[in-house]
Amino acid sequence: MSAPLALAGLLFAALTGQALAPVARRRVSALRHPRAAPAAPDFDPGRERRAEQRARALLRSCVGDREWAMYRDLGFISVAGGVGPRPAGYAYLIYPHRPIVAYVPGERRLLSEYCVRFPDSERPYGSERLPDADDVLAKWLALAADERGLVGEANMHLPGRQVDPLAVQRDLARLERWEAASVTAGASVRAA
Amino acid sequence: MRLLRMKPGHGEIVVAEGDIEVAEDEQRLVEAFRRELDAGLWAAVPLQDTSGRRRAAMVRDFSDIPRDAERVIFFPRAAGG
Repeated sequence: MSAPLALAGLLFAALTGQALAPVARRRVSALRHPRAAPAAPDFDPGRERRAEQRARALLRSCVGDREWAMYRDLGFISVAGGVGPRPAGYAYLIYPHRPIVAYVPGERRLLSEYCVRFPDSERPYGSERLPDADDVLAKWLALAADERGLVGEANMHLPGRQVDPLAVQRDLARLERWEAASVTAGASVRAA
Repeated sequence: MRLLRMKPGHGEIVVAEGDIEVAEDEQRLVEAFRRELDAGLWAAVPLQDTSGRRRAAMVRDFSDIPRDAERVIFFPRAAGG
């Protein structure tokens, strides 16, 4: 009775081994030769730097001198909200690749953040992200031309979802110091 | 007039360029304009009013572009982040 059972066991083991052999071979092969990651264009810091230089030149040619100097010195732009030449009592901070933040000038009070992106689906060089200055310019163009349209496309949240409110308030303090220094510098130039 | 397009990893590229008062150039500009809009991009014209204030206008048709505009800038359409 035990001999037929042992024979059946051996037969089962042999058949199972034969059936699983291809799977085992593939696993071993995968361990020995890990599959190469999909080819992505090499990251070229020089290319990104040149792209940002071009984008900065375009930004400078489109926005006013004050906004350009602000981006150069502080890394963001503040623009008044509302349609028309009269200030509407609120303004926006435009950061590269971060939400637009609405705030009350003079009070450092944050109102809301508008999460909006400008992804390029063609993904040249493997990335959908515009250069920083182009992202700022895209936001500025869209806000300047159609504030309500851009706000409508964005996801609106209370401040703090994607931006750090304390960091933004520090930026507003930097902006106030920067504007005060600009006024002083302007007055000195006019007096000279 | 120059039609510019923002590009990741590059900055802007010139899509088309020409004198809008020359019929052949205008036709080329119109075709390039439509091509970019058909690709899903937004188009904006940077402007400056008489007081020197910088502003912009979104354009959806070539006829919306002021005849004296120097540039039209195409950029990817906005998406909620």
